[in-house]
Amino acid sequence: MSARRHVGTTAGDRYDRLSLASARVPFGLKVAAVWVLIFIVLGLFFAVAQFDVPWMRDQVSYIVGGLRYTLYIAVGGIALAVALAVLGALGRISQNPIARGISGFYVSFFRGTPLIVQMFLIYLALPQVGINLEGSYPGMPDWLSSVYVLEPAVAGTLALGLNYGAYMTEIFRAGIQSVSGGQGEAADALGMTYGQKMRKIVLPQAFRVIIPPTGNEFIAMLKDTAMVSFLGVTAASAEIFRRSQQAGNADFKNLEALLLVAGIYWALTAVFTFFQRRLEERVSAGYVRTSPLRTREAPIRPSGREGA
Amino acid sequence: MTSTEAVVRVEGLHKRFGPLEVLKGVDLTLHPGEVVVIFGRSGSGKSTLLRCINFLEEPTVGTIEVDGIRLAGGGHRTKAKREQIRQLRIRAGMVSQDFNLFPHLTALQNVCEGPLTVLGKSGADSAVIGRELLEVVGLPEKSDQYPIQLSGGQQQRVAIARALAMNPRIMLFDEPTSALDPELIGEVLAVIRRLATEIGMTMLVVTHEMGFAREVASRMVFCHEGEIIEQGSPAEVIGDPQRVETRRFLDAVL
Repeated sequence: MSARRHVGTTAGDRYDRLSLASARVPFGLKVAAVWVLIFIVLGLFFAVAQFDVPWMRDQVSYIVGGLRYTLYIAVGGIALAVALAVLGALGRISQNPIARGISGFYVSFFRGTPLIVQMFLIYLALPQVGINLEGSYPGMPDWLSSVYVLEPAVAGTLALGLNYGAYMTEIFRAGIQSVSGGQGEAADALGMTYGQKMRKIVLPQAFRVIIPPTGNEFIAMLKDTAMVSFLGVTAASAEIFRRSQQAGNADFKNLEALLLVAGIYWALTAVFTFFQRRLEERVSAGYVRTSPLRTREAPIRPSGREGA
Repeated sequence: MTSTEAVVRVEGLHKRFGPLEVLKGVDLTLHPGEVVVIFGRSGSGKSTLLRCINFLEEPTVGTIEVDGIRLAGGGHRTKAKREQIRQLRIRAGMVSQDFNLFPHLTALQNVCEGPLTVLGKSGADSAVIGRELLEVVGLPEKSDQYPIQLSGGQQQRVAIARALAMNPRIMLFDEPTSALDPELIGEVLAVIRRLATEIGMTMLVVTHEMGFAREVASRMVFCHEGEIIEQGSPAEVIGDPQRVETRRFLDAVL
């Protein structure tokens, strides 16, 4: 592969020849080689540390079995968060003092306190409130206890949705405000009501701005589902992190268990990042947000090219 | 309270932005079929006057009447007032300087949006109206294009069709050609001219196009520092302006 024209043997020549040869290798390939090297080094390290691969093979199906609960919690959480973010954002830009006050309090509190504290508040503190209330007012109907005594997974989903919803309120608000004032005015001038204007004109345009960061939030939430395990989930409905802890603690195989679960999260994230990137390309293609002056450009079509 | 023979009646209109008084008592009446051109220096209040008529700006003081719907400016926008404003806007089509087509909808969808959403017509009926009006503005072949795929002149013609789709009693044009490249102005003015000559649409046009005004206007109104200080036929106002301000403005633009 080396250039034979160079016959000199000094160090400078050798360096030149090397860099010439290196320049022919695509940059991406070199990066991939570095990745492979990192994995080889890590593999050697684990082999030296007596990494128990057969144990991992035994346990993988048990841990992966928790994947559906991880996904339930993440999907439920993001659905709740999106609903809250739409309401929160409309409240944040509303002229109504009640809507503005409630949404302001919501965002401030749930962004101002740690997620794990919110989880424990919902899981542990809420039942206490209920029991104390029952003590003070004995006539309360029985079904009420099902409202404040929640399954760990339900409490976790609620906390994730409330917490992420507060952050996403700001994303949604920015998205709505990115739609130019002229659009709202054009809708007003046609005689649309506020609801029609939002539903038909403003929100569809805002979603183009909102969808990509919402995908990011979902991926982040996917990993934060691990926190639900701190609520002491029962064995049957344990998500993947909880399961890895159970398996790892029992056999003192924490290294293997944690690496396994880290790998699962990583793979999940990679899959969703791939889809998110596709989605992002689709919503941003062929679109100019506001400027009416840029009107004589050729139409932009989706390129369909995947940027690595 | 319905006034006979007036499509628009503006009475004692004042508009203040903070300490700045942009309109200082404007009265203006438009009869059916009239084409009134408002002109004047920038900052003279002509656009604000137009925007007060369909309550995109709330008049500080004064009364606006459009097709029998009479509303006083100022005060809180109660639910009842918001509904009246909406009814008024349905009767007054507005075309703005910046077109403001809905970028996520095709040309046809833009035109159909009003009948479909606001008037509650069926999709089929709206499409018939939409295609007919794209024909009127000379863009039947562009119905499936998105706004970004259209030139500025074409976008403005679609915006005119969108306003016409509500079957308004009056069309308000707020400097409809001032954001356009010179070679695209003609096609938009031609559409507006056709509305006057073929449909007899009542129109209120803010514009600097004096040639167009001379040809199409039934009356010209000169706005100066928040007041209408001169009005009359194009021949009177352009040919023999009575006020020195009008004369000075015309000397500058002609």
